[in-house]
Amino acid sequence: MSTRAIAGVEWPVSQCCCVDWSGEMINKIVASVEAALADIKDSSTVMISGFGGAGQPTELIDGLIAQGARDLTVVNNNAGNGETGLAALLAGGQVRKIICSFPRQTDSQIFDGLYRAGKLELELVPQGNLAERIRAAGAGIGAFFSPTGYGTDLAKGKETREINGRMYVLEMPIHADVALVKAEAGDRWGNLVYRKAARNFGPIMASAAKLTIASVHSVVELGALDPEAVVTPGIFVQRVVKVPRSASGTAPQKKEAA
Amino acid sequence: MNNLNRDQMAARVARDIPEGAYVNLGIGLPTLVANHLPKYLEVFLHSENGILGIGPAPAAGEEDFDLINAGKQPVTLLPGGVYFHHADSFGMMRGGHLDICVLGAFQVSVSGDLANWHTGAADAIPAVGGAMDLAIGAKKTYVMMEHLTKRGESKIVNGCTYPLTGIACVSRIYTDLAVIDITPNGLQVVDIIDGLSLEELQKISGVPLNQKH
Repeated sequence: MSTRAIAGVEWPVSQCCCVDWSGEMINKIVASVEAALADIKDSSTVMISGFGGAGQPTELIDGLIAQGARDLTVVNNNAGNGETGLAALLAGGQVRKIICSFPRQTDSQIFDGLYRAGKLELELVPQGNLAERIRAAGAGIGAFFSPTGYGTDLAKGKETREINGRMYVLEMPIHADVALVKAEAGDRWGNLVYRKAARNFGPIMASAAKLTIASVHSVVELGALDPEAVVTPGIFVQRVVKVPRSASGTAPQKKEAA
Repeated sequence: MNNLNRDQMAARVARDIPEGAYVNLGIGLPTLVANHLPKYLEVFLHSENGILGIGPAPAAGEEDFDLINAGKQPVTLLPGGVYFHHADSFGMMRGGHLDICVLGAFQVSVSGDLANWHTGAADAIPAVGGAMDLAIGAKKTYVMMEHLTKRGESKIVNGCTYPLTGIACVSRIYTDLAVIDITPNGLQVVDIIDGLSLEELQKISGVPLNQKH
């Protein structure tokens, strides 16, 4: 019987059934944005990382515009700035509903117009509840009680409970079909690191979607990312696509009240 | 009597922030507090988008737009400062790990209810951001605001008429006229500007005030 060495022990190949021994290396690196996004379906829920421009995967959003999926529900902290990125996705009529915490900004004119015209449904969520609902989805939590928003308009109609003398609101997880996440570097197993405060929603969104597509500025060899410092383990990532840094998110943007 | 200007209000708040405190400064007026923290004190400034240890504003031309604050202005990171994701950042708030949060407000009620996220106007586009998490999360929530609206109405009220951000969450109010604690025994005036009496402040405010002893 043929054997294979694993961790220094020779195992019969017949006991290696959980592992693909076909010899193909696992490679989550995809050659192009177009290929990475090709199978996103109409009516998908799509999480998009970023806080304003920091961490916004501009190339993936542009790719989604080109790909053309419609009737989308988008989850993002904001609702687009200026005329590009998420704002352009909204302007093209591809989005039915947006779940976010802070749509109104000095340059959110695209969202403002669609919302006022009744062409875009808004679910407004306090930012920490938004983050925790995303985290909960990734962590398999059925629902959770949060003190945030209790007694306010944003908790209307929601179940509440007193726990140890404090009032809480029942919040449901937000799952996604797809997460578009901007990271700094990744490897072929999908391990990711981020850059500065552009990390924001990336790690939790990566965990909450069935299909996570990460853009990175550099693809590195396995082992090149310090395992002590990997922020998103590759188990949460299905596709990694390299994009040039120049076009990505670090361009100056207008100062605004958020 | 001279009302405090915005910088004087910020300096007054800064006096109450001790070394070692973990502090979140809200957007707008509260952001000015950072300019008045003495350089020799180590205070940990938190930003909701995932930063602890914010440093001074970057020099012109040195801005990094991956390193911004909650108001989306470029900032710097102190040596020892760290980044983390959004769920951790709001866990720091909701979990009661921040010592002090300073927020602006439209109104604060005598029982510490806060209204600062929405005017309630029918045509206004709502946006809440981290306001509700900040209001109820920190060990102490301070409000910093003008004492009166532009129309001369007190922003300290018996009950908020604007939509609420949080219930019974404010512990102290800093205005251009006074510093007022919200206590189980009602509003207690800690400080009052020169040339203004408690009686006059009482009349302007329209809510019951007591001198703190």
